[in-house]
Amino acid sequence: MDMDVVLLSRWQFAITCMFHFIFVPLTLGLSVLVAWMETKYVRTGDEMWLRMTKFWGKLFLINFALGVVTGITMEFQFGMNWAEYSSYVGDIFGAPLAIEATVTFFLESVFIGLWIFGWDKVSKKTHAVTIWLVALGTNLSALWILIANGWMQNPVGYVIRNGRAEMIDFVAVITNKYAIIKFFHQITSGYTVAAFFVMGIAAWHLLRNQHVEFFKRSFRTAASFGLAALIVVLITGDFHAVEIAEVQPSKFAAMEAVWETQKAAPMNLLLFPDEANERNRIEALAIPGMLSLMAFHDVNGVVKGLKDFPPDERPPVWPVFISFRLMVGLGTLFVVLAIVGVWLARKDQLQRYPLFLKIMVLAIPLPYLVNQFGWIVAELGRQPWLVYGVFKTADGASKAVSAGQVVGSLIGFTLLYGFLGVVDIYLLIKNAKKGPEAPALSK
Amino acid sequence: MTFQIIWFILWGVLWSVYFMLDGFVLGTGTLHNVLAKTELEKRTLQRSFAPVWDGNEVWLLTAGGATFAAFPTAYAAMFSYLYTALLLLLFALIVRGVAVELRNKEQDERWHNAWDKALIVSSFLPALLFGVAFGNFFRGLPIDAAGYQGSFFALLNPYGLLTGVLFVVLFLQHGALYVAVKTTGAVAERGAVLAGKLWPVVLVVAATFLVSTHFATKLFTNYFNHPALFLVPLLAVGALVMVKIKLVQNNRLLAFAASCVTILLVVTTGLVGLFPNLIPSNLDAAYSLTIYNSSSSPYTLKILTVVAFIFVPIVIAYKIWVYRIFRAPVTAEEAVNDQLY
Repeated sequence: MDMDVVLLSRWQFAITCMFHFIFVPLTLGLSVLVAWMETKYVRTGDEMWLRMTKFWGKLFLINFALGVVTGITMEFQFGMNWAEYSSYVGDIFGAPLAIEATVTFFLESVFIGLWIFGWDKVSKKTHAVTIWLVALGTNLSALWILIANGWMQNPVGYVIRNGRAEMIDFVAVITNKYAIIKFFHQITSGYTVAAFFVMGIAAWHLLRNQHVEFFKRSFRTAASFGLAALIVVLITGDFHAVEIAEVQPSKFAAMEAVWETQKAAPMNLLLFPDEANERNRIEALAIPGMLSLMAFHDVNGVVKGLKDFPPDERPPVWPVFISFRLMVGLGTLFVVLAIVGVWLARKDQLQRYPLFLKIMVLAIPLPYLVNQFGWIVAELGRQPWLVYGVFKTADGASKAVSAGQVVGSLIGFTLLYGFLGVVDIYLLIKNAKKGPEAPALSK
Repeated sequence: MTFQIIWFILWGVLWSVYFMLDGFVLGTGTLHNVLAKTELEKRTLQRSFAPVWDGNEVWLLTAGGATFAAFPTAYAAMFSYLYTALLLLLFALIVRGVAVELRNKEQDERWHNAWDKALIVSSFLPALLFGVAFGNFFRGLPIDAAGYQGSFFALLNPYGLLTGVLFVVLFLQHGALYVAVKTTGAVAERGAVLAGKLWPVVLVVAATFLVSTHFATKLFTNYFNHPALFLVPLLAVGALVMVKIKLVQNNRLLAFAASCVTILLVVTTGLVGLFPNLIPSNLDAAYSLTIYNSSSSPYTLKILTVVAFIFVPIVIAYKIWVYRIFRAPVTAEEAVNDQLY
């Protein structure tokens, strides 16, 4: 197979997927937050909840539109660029995608239309239900795509037959522990993005002393939501590490830059991997047994080292290693910020700490980045496999597609997505700065 | 009946329903500046499809997903062989969605005009490209032992282009009728008038298509083997005639309904002829991708069948419910009242 086509297709998939994933986490979280706000409005009749629903709802819709359109690319690309992969695994991998479209895409897309345009056409209660259905649709969509991805990470319920992977146990595929853990880890990571998005914008307005009650309430709502989400992120992250250590030992070894297989492996807080010489140039501040504890919930567990894998079956160490560290480090920072945020919001002290508010404004992009880091660990850590242990990435690209065609499409995507990114950021910033509509005069 | 046949039928249903539903959105989008002149008219026109376009487009994602899941080999071939055409289609669909959703997020005339132009081009292109793609599936692609021998420009053969034109004029008529039904005032009137003008064009293109199909494809083989099948194209022509009759009677709703049936049956006409092929080879039939040599395993097809038979009716039920909520034609006041659009 033409290696240029493979490499170019990988770049294209990475770029289009990561671009799509700017919008997905916010959609996952903001749909739930907006639904929560509207529910509070229906329950209390308090007009401010309605204004919150509309203000945050508008930002949600801008983001949602870009998430929808960039998602189409994903479905097309499996066939366009990864035809060999698609025909090899379609029997298993196609099913969750088809189910995702049938069960969840319809749900979110039909009810988002009713939500946007149905304010005067259905009862308040029904209207609030529609945004919950949108939230349910987007979140369940994550479940199905992660079932598909989970199978690539930890293939289960299949046999190799007729020259391809065929499904023999659907229940095993949809109850794949790997997928289920990752699902909860992912949706709560999305909730974190949304919580920091709302807190950051609220902080910006609070710093300027405008719409104070509106944004204090927004901040408080988002802070509690974010902290609750982060707790689940941490717990599922821990379980996820255990799962990876068990079923994807080469990924785990790369995450921690472990070269030699060892019992009671320590965790080194300071590490500098040296891939060329298959060792770490710096290893310091070791916590004895910590890595084994993290990997197996057992201080005496045996952690497999990279040297146990043939060089052509190891993932690239540096990007996986550094992304994992950034994810964990920033994740810890988020927990601290969320705790402070909840504390200050509850005590109504937010405006007494402008430095904290400034930090929260600057923190808006960080959870976005952490979501990307997480996926770099997941997908680069899976290399060189497309389906872990079963099918190599190098064998998956389309044979009917030339390197020239992929160069052309890569340029096209870069230009189009670059433009869309500018439009998205422009509209979000403008609408976020504008603040909410004034309260209705009749009230 | 085998699961492969069930899935060929479901596959056909998904594609034809997609064309019926997105057809009027693509048609309306292409005619945006023809049917709407003032800003208020444009808002009215956009508002007619804005609540439903996204749900309509999902039929495409479901059709694509179903192709992947039920006929993975055909999915892989279809999408990689037609790489450049699908890329253009994809870019158009992306721009179309953004144009619909973001155009009114900014109150600026230049912003509006730019997105309106984008909407027109990005609505026209998919109509044409889908037609060209299906025309080439009907005609067969050059596949032999060494794989695919075609190119993007080879897809632009006369029959492919003719099918492209057929899709375009069908969708334009469909969109004009939709606007005639779903809007009020001058926009609706222009829609009805334009639909009337387009009708003879559609008739001529459709007739040319049927005749060319006999010479350019093997689609009629199935029909000559089972002459009862000729009922499908006959009914398609009947539905097209009904469009005209209902338009003359000024019963726009039924004219639009007839247009829906026309599109369903035109697509069905092609797919009935295609069976059991998904992508026939026009070099050597041994390399055709059929429902038998490119399907998933019976086990997977069975699971998919269960899912489809549970969820597709649910989807149809809530879609009908939502369409009923928005059944009233859009008025100008309504069109500028949406705070979130």
